[in-house]
Amino acid sequence: MGMTMTQKILASHAGKDKVVVGELIMANLDLVLGNDVTSPVAIKEFEKAGCKGVFDCEKIALVMDHFTPNKDIKAAEQTKLVREFAGKRNIKHYYDVGEMGVEHALLPEKGLVVSGDLVIGADSHTCTYGALGAFSTGVGSTDMAAGMSYGKAWFKVPSAIRFNLTGKLSKWVSGKDVILHIIGMIGVDGALYKSMEFSGEGVSSLSIDDRFTICNMAIEAGAKNGIFPVDKVTLEYIKNHSKRAPVIFNADDDAEYEKTIDIDLSKVESTIAFPHLPSNTKTFSEFSEIKIDQVVIGSCTNGRYSDFEKAAKIIKGKKVAKGIRVLIIPATQKIFLQMAEKGLTKIFVDAGCAVSTPTCGPCLGGHMGILAKGERSLATTNRNFVGRMGHPESEVYLCSPEVAAASALTGYITHPSKI
Amino acid sequence: MKITGKAIKYGDNVDTDVIIPARYLNTSDPKELASHCMEDIDKTFVSRVKKGDIMVGGFNFGCGSSREHAPIAIKESGISCVVAKSFARIFYRNAINTGLAIVEFDQEIEEGDELEIDFDGGILINKTKGTKGIFPPFPDFLKNIIEKGGLMPSLK
Ligand code: SF4
Repeated sequence: MGMTMTQKILASHAGKDKVVVGELIMANLDLVLGNDVTSPVAIKEFEKAGCKGVFDCEKIALVMDHFTPNKDIKAAEQTKLVREFAGKRNIKHYYDVGEMGVEHALLPEKGLVVSGDLVIGADSHTCTYGALGAFSTGVGSTDMAAGMSYGKAWFKVPSAIRFNLTGKLSKWVSGKDVILHIIGMIGVDGALYKSMEFSGEGVSSLSIDDRFTICNMAIEAGAKNGIFPVDKVTLEYIKNHSKRAPVIFNADDDAEYEKTIDIDLSKVESTIAFPHLPSNTKTFSEFSEIKIDQVVIGSCTNGRYSDFEKAAKIIKGKKVAKGIRVLIIPATQKIFLQMAEKGLTKIFVDAGCAVSTPTCGPCLGGHMGILAKGERSLATTNRNFVGRMGHPESEVYLCSPEVAAASALTGYITHPSKI
Repeated sequence: MKITGKAIKYGDNVDTDVIIPARYLNTSDPKELASHCMEDIDKTFVSRVKKGDIMVGGFNFGCGSSREHAPIAIKESGISCVVAKSFARIFYRNAINTGLAIVEFDQEIEEGDELEIDFDGGILINKTKGTKGIFPPFPDFLKNIIEKGGLMPSLK
C-alpha cells in the first residue's frame, strides 16, 4: 500500500521509509510558530521546564498579531514577555508592530515555508501552508514549547480524504466559496483527525491565494491538515518569496484514502456560512434579505492582496451603504503598502471604509470592530462561533471578499452580480 | 487512576471560544481564565462547578482554536475529567500535554449523573443509571507522556 502526500512528509521527517495510519511518531520540525496569545503560555512552559536553549534560533517564528498594536495593558504585557524572550534567545523571525502581519499570511510571504516542510504552530490555522505542499498543523502551547526546545513533535499518522477537483471556478466565485461549500457538505467534524488532500485537474486553475484560503479552513472541518500537490503555480510562488529549495512529495498512485469526494469547481456558487458554525452554509437561492451592521475584509483567510483587488473592483467609485461600518484590514505590511501604491486604499477610503494596519483584530473579537448585542457582521474571516466577534448575542456570517464588497454597498448580504 | 464525580453536560461542537472567549486571552493566568470558563453558553457554570465534577460533551468537543487556555481554564475550574463522544484534535493533544484527563465515550450521560471512571481499566460506571461502559485506554506512547507529568518532562 502506498502513502499519501501527508504520510510521506511525516515519514521523511521521522527518519522512516514508511508510516501507517494510526502510528505514533516523533518527527523533526522545520519551523515552530507562535503568536502573542499562545507564545506567552509556551514561554512559561519553556522556562518552567528549565530548557537550556532553543533548538534553532532561525527556525522559530514569533508573530505579534492578535491583540496588536497592543489593545490594552494586559496585551502589552504579553507582547513584552515574548519580545524579551525573542531578544534573549536571539530569535531571528520575531515580528512586532511595523513589520508584523497576520501570521499565516506573513510566513509564506517571508519565504519561511516551502514545499515538503513540516511546520507546527500554536495557532489552529497553521494548516494554511498546505497550499505550498507542506505539512503544517496547529498545536497547543506545550507542543510549541517542546518544539522550540527540542525541534520535535509527536504525531499520530492521519488517514486522508481526497478531494478530486475538476472544472474551473465561475465568475464571482473563489477559494472561500470552495472551502465553505466543502465544510457545508462534510460538516465541522467531517475530516476530524484526517488530512484533506486536494488533487485533480481542477487544481491547476486555482491561484496560490485560493489554495491558501482553502487550506486555511481545513481546521474548520476538524482536519489535521489540508494539502495541495506542488505544481507550476506553487514553484513560481516559492521562487518569488523564498531562498530555500522546495522538496516535492507526491502521493503514491496506490495511496489509501478513506474516501474520494468529487468537486466540480464550475458548479460551486457564492456560499455564506450562517451563525454559529462554518458548516451552516447557504447559497443565495436559499435566503432572502439579511441586513448587516458591519463588514470585515481581512484575516489569514482572505486578507491578501488579491482579495482586496477583487473587493476594490466592486467598490470603486461607489459609497458604502449608510449606517454600516466597513473595515479593510490588509494581512501584512507588504499588502498594506501595495494597496496604497496601486490606489486601492484611496478607493476604499473614498467609499467610506476604514483601512487598518495589519491585525487579527475583529476576527477573534479582540479589538478593532467588536459587535454590540444583536449586531450582525459579514466577514471574510473563518469562524462564526457564538461571541466570536463580540457580544455573545451578536452574529457573524462568513463569505468571500466578492460578496463582502457587494454587501458593503447595499447593507444586506448581496451577490456581487447584483452590483 | 480512578475518579468519581457529577456530570455537567453540554452538547456537540463545544468550541474553544465558548470554553474561554477570546476577549479574555490577554492573560494566561489560570485563575482568571477559570473565572470566565463557559460563560458565553452557561453563566452558571463557574458558580455551580464543584471540585471533582466531570464535564460531559457530545461530538467534536473543543473544536476551534488551538488555545491551551481552554484545557487550562477547565482544569483550574475544578473539573477532574472531560468525557465526550469525540474530541477536536488540537484540544485532545493539549489536554494530554497539560495533564487534563479526557475520555472518549459514546454512551448517553445526563446532567447530574454520578460517574466513576477507571482510567487503567477503561471502564466508566454511571452510578445514577446503574450502567457500565468501556472506553479505549491510552496507547503506551501517550500514557508515557501523561505518567511523566506532561510533554515537556517526557522529552527530557
Ligand atoms: S486572522 Fe483570525 S483566524 Fe487568522 S490567525 Fe488571526 S485570529 Fe486566527
